[in-house]
Amino acid sequence: MTTIGYPELRRLLDQGTQLVEVLPVEEYAEMHLPGAVNIPLKTLDAATTTDLDRGRPVVVYCWDGL
Amino acid sequence: MSPRAACRLDTLGFSQVYDYMPGKVDWLARNLPVEGTDAGAPLIGRHLRDEVVTAAPDEPIADVRACVAASPHSFALVTTADRVLLGRLRGTHLDHADANAVTAEVMEAGPSTLRPHEPVDAVRAHLVDKGHAYAIVTDPDGRLLGTVHADDLM
Repeated sequence: MTTIGYPELRRLLDQGTQLVEVLPVEEYAEMHLPGAVNIPLKTLDAATTTDLDRGRPVVVYCWDGL
Repeated sequence: MSPRAACRLDTLGFSQVYDYMPGKVDWLARNLPVEGTDAGAPLIGRHLRDEVVTAAPDEPIADVRACVAASPHSFALVTTADRVLLGRLRGTHLDHADANAVTAEVMEAGPSTLRPHEPVDAVRAHLVDKGHAYAIVTDPDGRLLGTVHADDLM
């Protein structure tokens, strides 16, 4: 796992990375990064990640990393 | 929260996992687009003006004075070549400074700034309360995004 800032995120997005918001459903529904899917941390498991492509990078984010 | 999520993905066998730890607040503070039910929320980033005069730190005051005289505002902002905000030149600075001085010698260093995801209502109330006509808006790296003016938020 690698921690990144905005410049690296921009580069990964330009390459078509998968973006996952791990905040609760309500917060995702209100506002999320374009193209992000929502898998709340409390539900993150093998079943909820089946739609993610393991051969491509995955970027996760929440509100501020805390 | 996101560090735990990234570790969880690691344990699930994902090999290319990145944690954008600065998170959604960093994205919003860069005035980048979002999706969702609140995507159209009234934030000051939608009211930014970019016509304020900017100057390099080594620019002569006389040159800046001329640009400001031709602009709709009475002040200028001093930035680096990649728009990191260094200071402000108020009208009084420009009026009284030696014309041969350079901006870095005269400017007010480190002026207060806001982020673009501040709510319009709160910023308008703050500006009115403090008697300020405008606020400077920068991103998390200190780069100038523009200015927001109380009259535009009414």
